[in-house]
Amino acid sequence: MRTNDVMLQTATKVVTFIILMFAVHIFFAGHYTPGGGFVGGLLTTSAIVLLMLAFDVKTVKKILPINYVIMTAVGLLIAIATAAASIIFDVPFFTHAYDYFDLPLFGKTSLHSAMLFDAGVYLVVVGVTMTIIQTIGEDE
Amino acid sequence: MMAFYWISLMLVSCAFAGLLFRLVKGPTVADRVVALDAIGISLVSIIALLSLIMGTAFFLEIILLLSILSFIGTAAFAKFIERGEIFDRDHNR
Repeated sequence: MRTNDVMLQTATKVVTFIILMFAVHIFFAGHYTPGGGFVGGLLTTSAIVLLMLAFDVKTVKKILPINYVIMTAVGLLIAIATAAASIIFDVPFFTHAYDYFDLPLFGKTSLHSAMLFDAGVYLVVVGVTMTIIQTIGEDE
Repeated sequence: MMAFYWISLMLVSCAFAGLLFRLVKGPTVADRVVALDAIGISLVSIIALLSLIMGTAFFLEIILLLSILSFIGTAAFAKFIERGEIFDRDHNR
């Protein structure tokens, strides 16, 4: 039975970008305020799930041609590399470094190497949850 | 003004208890889905009132997060009730 879900599709085209922007915000806010790589990854996954709800699996595979298993592996590699880079500088494992920089648009910003680890966590969370959802969603 | 916030919090909590009853008792699936959606909304209003009482702005991101998750859950449940499956394989079939 074909149903006409034009309202859901029209709302999805706007709401998906709002969710993605909120995911980026909560990913970068993760150092001093609530947030971080895990919640950002879950929000990105929920945006993709909303796209799958409004459209179908085939369309989402066409607009996001990503192999999520490889994405998980790349995220784990980034996380391990960030943790292991502290060995080179003769400090304990998982030691992070930070400094303050004057960026042109943002002013005085603190850049932290835990950010890179969080990027790895983000990729792992998006990859694992999307792999689970795609495996469950494919019923044939 | 603080008494007003506390009375509002009490009323929303009473509504929350009624919705929990409907979630457990509800005769059909649609009743439970509507109760779950309204529970999400009343949870958001409870968090908003608590952040007014405590005078902090740290909870506002949690409000946005909860409303996004509640919206997606309600949309998924509605599609499941209407069609029996959540993810279509091919829309133009």
